[in-house]
Amino acid sequence: MNRKLINFISAFFYTLTGLACASLVIIVAIILGNIVVNGISHVTWEFLSTAPKAGMAEGGIFPAIFGTAFLVLLMTIAVVPLGVSTAIYLQIYAPAKSRWVHAVRMAIQNLAGVPSIVFGLFGLGFFIEFMGKGIDKIFLGGELYMGQPAIIWASLTLALLTLPTVVVSTEEALRVIPKAHREVAFSLGATRWQMVRYVILPQAVGGILTGTILAVSRGAGEVAPILFTGAAYYLPYLPTRLNHQFMELGYHVYVMATQSPDVDATLPILYATVLVLLTLTFTLNFTAIIIRSKVRRKLKIGK
Amino acid sequence: MDKNKIRIENLTVKADNTEILKNISLSIRQNEILSAIGPAGSGKTTFLRCLNRLIDTEEELSVQGSIKMDDKDIFSPQTDLSFIRRKISMVFAVPTPLPMSIRDNLRLGLRFQKRLSGININERIEKSLRAAFLWDEVKNRLHESAMKLSGGQQQRLCLARSLMVKPEVLLLDEPCSGLDPISTAEIEEALKNLKKEMTIILVTNNVKQASRTSDRTVFFLMGDLIEMGETGRIFTTPKDKRTSDYVSGRFG
Repeated sequence: MNRKLINFISAFFYTLTGLACASLVIIVAIILGNIVVNGISHVTWEFLSTAPKAGMAEGGIFPAIFGTAFLVLLMTIAVVPLGVSTAIYLQIYAPAKSRWVHAVRMAIQNLAGVPSIVFGLFGLGFFIEFMGKGIDKIFLGGELYMGQPAIIWASLTLALLTLPTVVVSTEEALRVIPKAHREVAFSLGATRWQMVRYVILPQAVGGILTGTILAVSRGAGEVAPILFTGAAYYLPYLPTRLNHQFMELGYHVYVMATQSPDVDATLPILYATVLVLLTLTFTLNFTAIIIRSKVRRKLKIGK
Repeated sequence: MDKNKIRIENLTVKADNTEILKNISLSIRQNEILSAIGPAGSGKTTFLRCLNRLIDTEEELSVQGSIKMDDKDIFSPQTDLSFIRRKISMVFAVPTPLPMSIRDNLRLGLRFQKRLSGININERIEKSLRAAFLWDEVKNRLHESAMKLSGGQQQRLCLARSLMVKPEVLLLDEPCSGLDPISTAEIEEALKNLKKEMTIILVTNNVKQASRTSDRTVFFLMGDLIEMGETGRIFTTPKDKRTSDYVSGRFG
């Protein structure tokens, strides 16, 4: 091949890969720009603090914000203890390379790969039909109380969905703690639990927090798992009990986009709602990144 | 002086089919400094880790034989592991301060104990730090991170941290391997003072350190105990040719 051809091919691929990167940035910019431009003028205090009116064509999204916050709070309460315990077991207690550990790891990986709509169906089948109806049958003589879509079941379904995130980031945080630190604790007379409590956990807090925030931001954006398990199209009241239904930002976006009686009238509200939802998840992700980099820096000084 | 603190009989440690320690029997006297020397891979660290049962954390190793402290078998199922590890405390080769304040590092061992009433923590911190020759350097910054200390200071902090739990036996696994000569001298000086209160077992790669600090010396080679005796004799008139080759620097 002559030199000119080689130069041309090299320049061609340089441009091609560069364009691939540029297109990615452009797409994100278009999405964000479009949402911000069309939504920002509608995001007012009134919008954030009042309920929808006139078939979603007017009013705000406060019930959806409240419902989202309540939902992810319950989810966090469920997923953090379960995920952190799993990670501690895998990293500290379980014998390395055992079949059991292998099986648990496989389960977590598979869980992370399950489509979120399947979680929704699982939540409906397991939590509502099996557990909820079971509770009603055993404790309430069949009276309908827990056996219906409710915020508790939606949050537990989301907890399952976000469990891998918490387990993986906690495991990562535990893995970087030098083995010598465990031996120091043992050599001073610590039991295994004391070692975990006083030496391991204080160092892993940053990683656990990062995982929690990532889980929250993931959970706050998911619609499919809550579709059948508790999210409501519109509610005149705020959820105050665990068996109440709730409104949620992502689901609110979905119903406004597909089931609104007057699509044109709801469009500005739709944009503004998406903007709020994106701001929420981006802020959470950003917080997680900051915490993670701070923790990494701290650990580096530690070495 | 000649009372035996620890008696080890027929200690064998195996990993799969290789023997890391082969049928070791020896006694350690109360209030002596015993140094264990030998080339890398001779089993001296494994020997040390048997004494406070840190060896338990390595699942692939199997331990046979008996180790008795004050005539009590430390491998017996009735043994309180936490108690044993407080009474036989360990300082590691690499300084291992934990990422917390100097004071929290020192208090760590006490947190693992159930009964703490009646202990004056500040008094004990000062005593331990003085014994490790660190008090003057850190007395005004106990709340600062232990990570800010120099390597030599960190290792002396680790020594002080072990002293906080009032051990009867102190195990040191090449405590000066990464330290400068001044820090090394300070630790050696500290050990000489400490042996009035406790029994010290010092694993070292530094033959000169063994001859400077210890009362008796034991020489390991490939998992065998080759020779043990008064330090002066081991270094001047060793009985075994391998011992004399090693201490005179012909190998290892």
